[in-house]
Amino acid sequence: MRDFTLFIPEFIAISGAVAILAAELIWPKIRKDYLAYATAAGALAWLIAAIPYIGDTPGDFEGLLLTDDFTTYFRILAAGIVMAIALISAHYMRDRTSTAGEYYGLLLVAGTGMVLMAASRELLTAYISLELLSFSLYILVGYLKRDRLSNEASLKYILLGAFSSAMLLYGISLIYGVTGTTSYEGIAEALAAREGGTDAATVVGIMLIVAGVGFKVSAAPFHMWAPDAYQGAPLPITAFLSTASKAAGFALILRLFTGALVVDAVEWRAVIAALAAITMTAGNLLAIQQSNLKRLVAYSSIGQVGYMLIAIAAIGYGDAATAENASSALLLHIVGYTVSTLALFTALTAHYNRTGDDTIAGLRGLAETQPFLALVITASLFSFAGLPFFAGFATKLLLFQASMTDGLLWLVGLAAANSFVSLYYYLMIMRQMYLFDPPEGQTRFRPAPLLGALAGLLLLGVLFIGVYPQPAFEATDRAASALFEVSASGLLRLP
Amino acid sequence: MDTAQGYVLVTALALPLLAAGVLLFVPGSQKMTARYFSAVIGAILLGLSVYVFLAYQASGEVLQMQLRWPWIENVGFLGENGISLHLGVDGISALLTLLTGVVAFAGTLIAWKLEYRAKDFFILFWILIAGVYGTFFALDLFFFFFFYELAVVPLYMLIGIWGSTRKEYGAMKLTLMLVGGSVGIWIGIFAVVHEAGLGTFDLPTLWAAGENGLISAETQKIIFPFFAVGCGVLAGLWPLHTWSPDGHMSAPTSVSMVHAGVLMKLGAFGIIRLGIQILPEGAEFWMPALLVLGTIGALYGAIAALTQRDFKLISGYSSVSHMGYVLIGLATLHEVGVSGAALQMFSHGVMTALVFLLIGALYDQAHTRDLSDFGGVAKVMPLWVIAYVVAGLANVGLPGLSGFTAEFHIFVGAFRTYPVFGGLAILAAAIAAAYMLRMFGVVFFGPLNPRWKDLKDLSPIETISAVLLILSMLAMGLWWSPFTDRLANTVTSLPGVIS
Repeated sequence: MRDFTLFIPEFIAISGAVAILAAELIWPKIRKDYLAYATAAGALAWLIAAIPYIGDTPGDFEGLLLTDDFTTYFRILAAGIVMAIALISAHYMRDRTSTAGEYYGLLLVAGTGMVLMAASRELLTAYISLELLSFSLYILVGYLKRDRLSNEASLKYILLGAFSSAMLLYGISLIYGVTGTTSYEGIAEALAAREGGTDAATVVGIMLIVAGVGFKVSAAPFHMWAPDAYQGAPLPITAFLSTASKAAGFALILRLFTGALVVDAVEWRAVIAALAAITMTAGNLLAIQQSNLKRLVAYSSIGQVGYMLIAIAAIGYGDAATAENASSALLLHIVGYTVSTLALFTALTAHYNRTGDDTIAGLRGLAETQPFLALVITASLFSFAGLPFFAGFATKLLLFQASMTDGLLWLVGLAAANSFVSLYYYLMIMRQMYLFDPPEGQTRFRPAPLLGALAGLLLLGVLFIGVYPQPAFEATDRAASALFEVSASGLLRLP
Repeated sequence: MDTAQGYVLVTALALPLLAAGVLLFVPGSQKMTARYFSAVIGAILLGLSVYVFLAYQASGEVLQMQLRWPWIENVGFLGENGISLHLGVDGISALLTLLTGVVAFAGTLIAWKLEYRAKDFFILFWILIAGVYGTFFALDLFFFFFFYELAVVPLYMLIGIWGSTRKEYGAMKLTLMLVGGSVGIWIGIFAVVHEAGLGTFDLPTLWAAGENGLISAETQKIIFPFFAVGCGVLAGLWPLHTWSPDGHMSAPTSVSMVHAGVLMKLGAFGIIRLGIQILPEGAEFWMPALLVLGTIGALYGAIAALTQRDFKLISGYSSVSHMGYVLIGLATLHEVGVSGAALQMFSHGVMTALVFLLIGALYDQAHTRDLSDFGGVAKVMPLWVIAYVVAGLANVGLPGLSGFTAEFHIFVGAFRTYPVFGGLAILAAAIAAAYMLRMFGVVFFGPLNPRWKDLKDLSPIETISAVLLILSMLAMGLWWSPFTDRLANTVTSLPGVIS
């Protein structure tokens, strides 16, 4: 049955996008920051519209999309991210472009793509949703059209993105060839019903899918595009890349791997574990050498993806309970990571709007010139490093503990060691801010009230998740169990 | 299971955090406000700590003043009591709580002299102190680690901003080594909670799991080194002690006091809480190794101190040596030896805090810490010299001062279990006498270097702090039964400890 009421929140988001595009067409001289506020309002409406879906009976749309607590969770996350990014962009984009309607419209479209990725229960729908997000991002990354770095970033991103899409599609076609269906449940059934073990086509198909989504979440060795794209993109879009695009990638991975490929876990779990190990190690080691803040954040977020992949590996190695616990801890970690990243970028944007400097050395003496921003940056970096009171401490500990299965002790140990490495480069940033005096001529300044308030709010979020994660954890637990209720309805999971 | 006394612990834990929060909103120019406010907080904490120590019933249950607030439970992999703010003290942590109160108050007074960004200093200082209290009180593995990290992290900025000699190097080295150690603890936690498979971080539950074989002996032997080495880094375990001399040399006075006085004890305390109590089989298997390393540390620290010319380096190495005694005491797994280790933690804590206080008082005026620059200081700074002599003699183990009580217990424990190592430990004490007396001779006596004729003696505030610390040393040295009585039940209740 075509039940369009399942997607009221997304209709709101898309209408918002169209309205914003139209608004700029009708009033070309409209102040660009008003568009940002309109986007934020649209995202807020989107978020509010999503709330009634919490705990609602899962709704199926033609066997293609599913709105359950898992989807709702990503709806709220996507709406929240878009809202924050729109506010972060307000002044930044006003100062740099003459047309911003497409920018804000595409933000909402990209957010919708993220939700659809979480809702997809069929390979082609998932692929189309992924492309909806990716195409929006290709444009957003290159939005500063007079900026060479931005152009370069966009081009690299498109080329490598297209390449990875091709791999993903090839993988999908192989899986379709083997199983004769693209629906997750159908794939799981067909894989379970096979006689005589796995054939090469399935393995190759799964590996190509892993590589394809690995590109999207920038897992090493498919991470090469990330630092350039992060560096060239407008600062708020860098934030969007490192939150929404990663969260969406993991939404797709979780749905796909728990719903369809878990039957063949033996084939891919070692690969995912290796991918996790390489990703976190490469990300953290390369981050040490960076002098540009955006590149540093890019590598550090690659490291974070490595941690998140541990949970996916745990789904492959553990039993059903472990898989569910690992998924719920992963979703919790994604929230903590997202809030911390947004807080970091709000502060960095406030700093960048003032100084135009995005190097690490540019933060020199920030504790003197703007102690509040320095505090927010410190809190979010410490949250990444997993230090107490900040979100990362609780979420990372719970993520690693939940992913702890007998075959994965080494990986969890490696992750702990990597956290330690990451502390070093975070301390190097702290060092610039707190140990040195500001350069000559820099005086105390106040951040724009909007960014200051947003940073304060996000800082509270980082502290709240770090100190009292129970509510967030319960929410992610509901989302994760929704994921497994669906799989339980089929005949998933072999012993 | 909340007890009224449990709220004392919550208060002692929350007060420093609250103080840090309040100070955030005090303008940086209001230095005196920050100082008075911190002094009052320090005094209240001292009062609470004394209360915790005195109210701990020597003849009662091992864990007292318990309080449990559910934090995260029945969600994800966590079951009933998954993670709870479970606080309580046993005899050892009651003693260390007293130590924290004394040293923190003395440290607050000494920080009075700080001019540069005084408010920020106190914010970080109070966060650190909250971490220390939390670690001693925590009966939940999650919160143990939470507070343990909380105590370690502010050091980077405390040393990096307010330190002296090669402060950035010292701060970075110290932070990386200590956090590197906590990676070991972290891995140990994952392994323990996973192996127990109970979906809880509650320490008493995990202790039971370790004793009744839910965590198998084989696993315990594998996990124990992670805890021992991880905590050992902070405890100054040789050969991972190298952060200690550098860190102490760079740190500002009150940070050195708290750091050598209290923080290093967190490491040894962690070995008891995590190592001996969760993994008794593993502890029994590995203790000889810890004994060897502890003995090497005691000897190495003493010999290194003998060759140093910088006051702070001497104290830094002497701390390594004394923490070596603590490890020897623990490694005996003998009632007397383990009591001695706990006594030594207290004794070394107050003694070393006093030493760093005095070094700071001298360095602030003289701007050098080289022994050979001085001579005849007794003529201009009599109070200072008296206090130093008391601290030095406690260091050497003179009867009547705390050092004697503690070291005597450790030596007895060692002789009953590993006599050879008992002998080596006494040798280290003899070397300690040598480096102390050498320093006394060079610095205090002899002709007065005219460069120092204007040195001022201890200020009233410094004198108050010094007297407080000296009184603590005398108390343990002269009348130790209140201390040993409170330890007795706890120590015999530790799994694997023989009497």
